[in-house]
Amino acid sequence: MSSVAFGSLTGRLRRTPLRRNLIGGLIGLVIVILVLESVSPFRQGQFATMAYLGIAVGGLTVLTGLNGQLSLGHGALMAVGAYTAALMLHNVEKPLPLPVIMLLSVLVTVVVGAVVGVAAARLHGPYIAGATLAMAVAVPGIASFFGDTLGGEQGLSVSTPEAPGWFADAVYFLTAHDITGTKYLAYIGWIGLIISFVLLANLSASRVGRTWRAVRDDEVAAELAGINVGRARVKAFVVSAACAGLAGSVMAMVVRIAAPSGFTLTLSLSLLTAVVLGGLGSLVGALIGAGLLTFLPQTVTGLGQSLGLTDLQSAQLAPLVYGLTLVLVILLAPAGLVGTIRNAWRRRQSPDTGSIHPQQEATP
Amino acid sequence: MKRWTKQMTRIAGLITAGALVAACGAGGRPSSGSNSSGGGAAQVGITKDTVTVGATFPLTGVAAPGYSEIPTGAQAYFDYVNANGGVNGRKIKYIVRDDGYDPTTTSEVTNELVLKDQVFAMLGALGTPTHTAVVDFLNSEKVPDLFVSSGSIQWGDDPKAKHYTFGWQPDYEIEGKIIGQWVAKNMPDAKVGLFLQDDDLGRDSEKGVRQYLDKKIVKVQRYTAGNTDVAPQIAALKASGADLVLGFNVPSYTALSQLVALKLNYKPKWFYSNIGSDAELVGNLLSKFSEGAVHGTDPLDGVLTTAYIPGVDATDNAWAKLWQKVWDKHGKDGHLTNYRIYGMSEAYAFVQALQAAGKNPTREGIVNAVEKMGNAAGPPLAPFRYSADSHLGISGMRVVQLKGGKSNPLTPVLVTDIGAAPIKEDDSAAKDSPPASGIPEVKPAG
Amino acid sequence: MQQLLTTSLTGLTLGMVYAAFALALVLIWRSTRIVNFAQAPMAMITTYVALVVVDAGMSYWIGFVAALLSGLVLGAVIERVVIRPVEGKPEINAIILTLGLFVVIHAVAAIIFGSGFRSFPAPFGLRGFQAGGVTIALTGFAVFTICSVVVVMLLLVALFHHTDVGLKMRASAFNQEVSRMLGVKVTRMLTLGWALAAVVGSLSGLLIAGGNLVYPSYMDSVVVYGFVAAVLGGLDSPVGAVVGGLLLGLGLSFVSGYVGSDLVALASLAILIVVLLVRPAGLFSHATARTV
Repeated sequence: MSSVAFGSLTGRLRRTPLRRNLIGGLIGLVIVILVLESVSPFRQGQFATMAYLGIAVGGLTVLTGLNGQLSLGHGALMAVGAYTAALMLHNVEKPLPLPVIMLLSVLVTVVVGAVVGVAAARLHGPYIAGATLAMAVAVPGIASFFGDTLGGEQGLSVSTPEAPGWFADAVYFLTAHDITGTKYLAYIGWIGLIISFVLLANLSASRVGRTWRAVRDDEVAAELAGINVGRARVKAFVVSAACAGLAGSVMAMVVRIAAPSGFTLTLSLSLLTAVVLGGLGSLVGALIGAGLLTFLPQTVTGLGQSLGLTDLQSAQLAPLVYGLTLVLVILLAPAGLVGTIRNAWRRRQSPDTGSIHPQQEATP
Repeated sequence: MKRWTKQMTRIAGLITAGALVAACGAGGRPSSGSNSSGGGAAQVGITKDTVTVGATFPLTGVAAPGYSEIPTGAQAYFDYVNANGGVNGRKIKYIVRDDGYDPTTTSEVTNELVLKDQVFAMLGALGTPTHTAVVDFLNSEKVPDLFVSSGSIQWGDDPKAKHYTFGWQPDYEIEGKIIGQWVAKNMPDAKVGLFLQDDDLGRDSEKGVRQYLDKKIVKVQRYTAGNTDVAPQIAALKASGADLVLGFNVPSYTALSQLVALKLNYKPKWFYSNIGSDAELVGNLLSKFSEGAVHGTDPLDGVLTTAYIPGVDATDNAWAKLWQKVWDKHGKDGHLTNYRIYGMSEAYAFVQALQAAGKNPTREGIVNAVEKMGNAAGPPLAPFRYSADSHLGISGMRVVQLKGGKSNPLTPVLVTDIGAAPIKEDDSAAKDSPPASGIPEVKPAG
Repeated sequence: MQQLLTTSLTGLTLGMVYAAFALALVLIWRSTRIVNFAQAPMAMITTYVALVVVDAGMSYWIGFVAALLSGLVLGAVIERVVIRPVEGKPEINAIILTLGLFVVIHAVAAIIFGSGFRSFPAPFGLRGFQAGGVTIALTGFAVFTICSVVVVMLLLVALFHHTDVGLKMRASAFNQEVSRMLGVKVTRMLTLGWALAAVVGSLSGLLIAGGNLVYPSYMDSVVVYGFVAAVLGGLDSPVGAVVGGLLLGLGLSFVSGYVGSDLVALASLAILIVVLLVRPAGLFSHATARTV
């Protein structure tokens, strides 16, 4: 009797992804509050970093995994979001409320993303990779050229915004701890992440998501089925750009600066590593990837130092691990961490062709 | 339906219960708010036997040549002091983190130093664009930010806004003034070109130079640190007919500008500011290019620059001898260079400040101590300007000419201040010698 | 006038180097249908090999040859070990793989050789010369650059069109199955293709390094410019790669000289977008365009 009831409950949950995602989001929020309250300020800062990386990686994994467009330029889109936020927070006495700033960053990045997306929609494979690579290299130069408004190499400094009274009171009510600047940013980042992941998950499970997958798997068939391939591609690009813009605005506040040097090719490649490691299309994978990006470097650097390498050499171990990850994952486990585990569960159903794309619908 | 409602109610109940449990720890917020900072309790970064200081330096990247050696000098001097008992029984622990001359990285590693490594103070963090990114953070966290390795005037011209930050080396504006005045006096017909880094380094220097040379400047060119193509800038300087180029740049760009000038057959007189003019370093950078035709320190022969602490070439100076002794005993790879001496001189000033802060140093205490350090005897050729109204450092320098790796002084020590202050001669601080032990003996400030 | 001349000469010299790099990309594309984004760090690491040789006291030319040889070996090894498993798989796998290689080789170079800036020898001198009242900003080394790239191109043309091996390589690139049936050892030809491409890439690395400061990232922007040059000329066409490289070099040099050197990367992006929108197959391509 109870197993039937349980079956009907989970059945009901599975049939309404919105409800499931919302509940998932709420549970996530509770976990976030519990974790953030119990760690040191340094770790809170690290979690804030993980949050904005997670948002960016989430958007990218949807674009690359669900829609098949490989973008190496999302670091540049994050730069757009970061500079927008920085312009509104640099040397400003009374900044606008934070949600407004973040929304504006998202909007500006969406506009840029739409332009880039339209250009990219007609490209495939190495062409889009090369074009977005060029974008990643080119965009920081713009900030240097317009040095007067955009701060040049020195960048725009961003002062940490203060938590508004009601927020601080709410946090105190729930947790008996005061709110510091770092913790506030961590909350902002994670709330942003939860909201965007819930939205991405819903999109992914909806008709839009199915359209994207259709375009990824076989363009000609999709076109024949009446899907406007170009429009679907641009839509996907714009959604991922919105995520990148949001991530950029949080990054500007966490790092306290928006400077060209923060948005190098390395950033875009790191985002890609996180996507590949977690598995294309998987939001859980995106979170795992972002976590590794945040916490792995220190562990690896410490390991290098204990192995006798100099400080500078140890600092290079993290990129080495990223690169090796990309290479090994492609060669050995193209479906990424999450995908491989999932495929192992479903091995009896169909053989793995070894494609980097997941076999079935990517679910978060 | 009923079952599902029951299940949902159960889940909702659990969540509410959890929130209530958490809220049990809360309650009304105390009106005055709990205050955990201040008070005489344990100071961050200070224990019974250690004092921890942190620094960010470009150990990699375009500014690494030369500047990456500074922390090795400071470390050697701290090892020397620790070997002799430390300061008030505390050994100095010096944590250096690489920021690659990249302001974004500086922000991240400074976060680490302050929040994870819990340093007592920052010492000698290097770079104008890089430190600009963190100076507000350090001041809001009330971390003493001592002796920034940069000549921007923002470290010291507004002590009210940046109470915890102090400069150390002569700032770029007074260097620009002194260079400008010397050129106006000794090369009155020169057509002057400026080669500047495109940030406060360049801006402050230009401001000082223009006070004396405004009419004589025929061209100003800027470069972005990180973009190693300076051909357009040098070509523009050549096209303008400048026969004297004042370069305010980091050492890599001294090498690059020399290289490009060679290619364009451009031979002006060069005057590089102190931060970019180390003959040995530039010689090393250029060493392979001509396959031996250019030797060692030759590339910069005849080049003018400035000096404000005794360098490696001042072999009969008491300070130089002390630094050589410290390096021989505690230095790691390589030999003593001017950059290592820079690091040691900053470390020496820190030890003076730490001693002045008394037996139980606090962050406020050391800030007050530095403000009273204006006349402290030390390696700099000119006195400090520290006071309650100015956190700017060394007040002057000499103009020197490089030849064969040695610097020949062309003027006595000239001191001035930012703004319209006049330039005076003042050799008093140049006559200081180190104490016999090589370790300062400063009494705690009042 | 002087600036025009200087800018053009700089553009020409640089364009030759981009042409060489684009040629390497095209060689690999034709044989294995992969864009080798890792070509830049591969060239960089072989330049470091040359630097080690020169540091040990030997002449520049021995270092030169050492770099080219190590490029040959590196290209062959990478194709055989790393790339072979993804040939024939979806192209996204190969792209991510070469990007991973990009990062790995970068990090390895930084660990082994250090991240510091090193100077690199440039034979034939670095001084421009005067002719009349005008400075010709063409150093001896620049002349060497131009000549060596031309020589390499001629050698490649000779190889592809006048030798047996070249014929086999072209056949393998054109149609693997038929070539296999005709007795061509296709996999060996693919390896050879990668090895030759790596040699050309190493050459471009050496030419950029001469008279410049070398550090692990010094070739990174070249992969973008090389790619743009290759696309400009048509990824299928070696002639196109060379022409594209020259055009790009001149164009970027003018942007750098007259507009601002910060915008060079943006200019290359703009050129790329224009080419892809107007004539996606490039200037010299024979392939038909996709229409979706």
